Amino acid sequence: MSNPRGWVWAIPLTFIVALALTVVPLPDWAAPWRPQWLAMTLIYWSMALPRRIGVGLGWFLGLLLDAATGALLGQHALGFALIAYLSIRMHQRVRVFPLWQQALTVGGLLALHLLLVLWILGMTGRAPGTWLYWAPLVSSMILWPWLFVLLRDVRRRWCLALS
Amino acid sequence: MRLALLALVSIGLMWADHRHQHLQEFRSTVAMLVYPVQAGVNLPVQAGAWVLEQLRSHQTLVEDNRRLREEHLHLNALMLRFEALEEENARLRELLDTSVRLRDPLMAAEIMAVDLDPFRQQLVINRGRVHGAYPGQPLINAQGVVGQVLESHPLHSIVLLISDPSHALPVLVNRTGLRTLAVGTGNPQLLELRYIPPAEDIEPGDIISTSGLGGRFPADYPVAQVTRVERIPGESFARVEARPLARLDRSREVLLLRPVNGNGDATERPAEIEAEAPAAESTPEDRP
Repeated sequence: MSNPRGWVWAIPLTFIVALALTVVPLPDWAAPWRPQWLAMTLIYWSMALPRRIGVGLGWFLGLLLDAATGALLGQHALGFALIAYLSIRMHQRVRVFPLWQQALTVGGLLALHLLLVLWILGMTGRAPGTWLYWAPLVSSMILWPWLFVLLRDVRRRWCLALS
Repeated sequence: MRLALLALVSIGLMWADHRHQHLQEFRSTVAMLVYPVQAGVNLPVQAGAWVLEQLRSHQTLVEDNRRLREEHLHLNALMLRFEALEEENARLRELLDTSVRLRDPLMAAEIMAVDLDPFRQQLVINRGRVHGAYPGQPLINAQGVVGQVLESHPLHSIVLLISDPSHALPVLVNRTGLRTLAVGTGNPQLLELRYIPPAEDIEPGDIISTSGLGGRFPADYPVAQVTRVERIPGESFARVEARPLARLDRSREVLLLRPVNGNGDATERPAEIEAEAPAAESTPEDRP
């Protein structure tokens, strides 16, 4: 299982877990605060392994999220492709940031994604008329350091070096 | 470069998905990829329910059984009268030369413990195309109307609740026969009744049920109870609020209706009503 390139299924597994966390039922008051698990996992892997993770994968994950949440097909895919692209472009700078600064950067990327999605929702006449729409931004930024440490351990255990 | 290409593809997809319905197949394929994850998330909830059921004591089971038996007897007694009334109704309808109304077949479905977009009122149920679910199929539970199937995938379906802001249901007030439109608000406890002139006779406590006018929902299924009527001077319509009878946010079992076509409601009744007055949506001031 553990060839020099690492265990191949480690990365897909983290994405599957992130997707599961995205659909797991939460109580009504907490549902709008659900962090953007899938987007955060995508950002981590695009920054850690920018040669293996591409824009195409981001797009595909977004498509899965669209299907899972009953959204318009392509709505999250567009944002995810953009997130992956920007993360790959910025990986060398952001990787060495302290965790809180990383969290801010991640917040910026997610804000861009949410803005894009909001724009699409607005065009199709489904815009949520509440500030709670931006709640995932806060929860995602708070949880980023923990997710980062967790995924770093996963990477060190199964995927070896940064590439 | 790749990004630009993918962005174009996404925009094309969204456009096609929004404007046309050609993507149903593709959507189902992607949905099937995600389904194992959703089923996996649902599994612990199901397992929990099963374990709880196994742990119920003998005592409670006996009590439940006795209570249900009594209820069954009671309902059966009511059904005796109901059947007689139904036959009488059919006879009278035949005399009047209108269509005979048949009973709609039902299919039980379970709501999966899976969350969708928190800003839309949608659910996932564990019945799909394989079981015969189709888009537009009405959903009810023991208390009233729940919603309709939005997308049917092979093994599961996505349901739009009547409380979604994009959902409008043609209804009538049982007591007066006043026709109106029940529009969702995004709050599972609240529906808005539209286009009711202030002079109309409608009061809190009135029960509203489906009118069958849309052609999608069969007539006479209870929908909601009027909770508040506000007549604002100078406005052309009263502001009327209602609470859905089906507990949309806490029911777990639902029933998929299969309206009887042919000589059933969906095709015949609207025509029959239109003879007296045009549809509720177009002329709100009509008065039965």
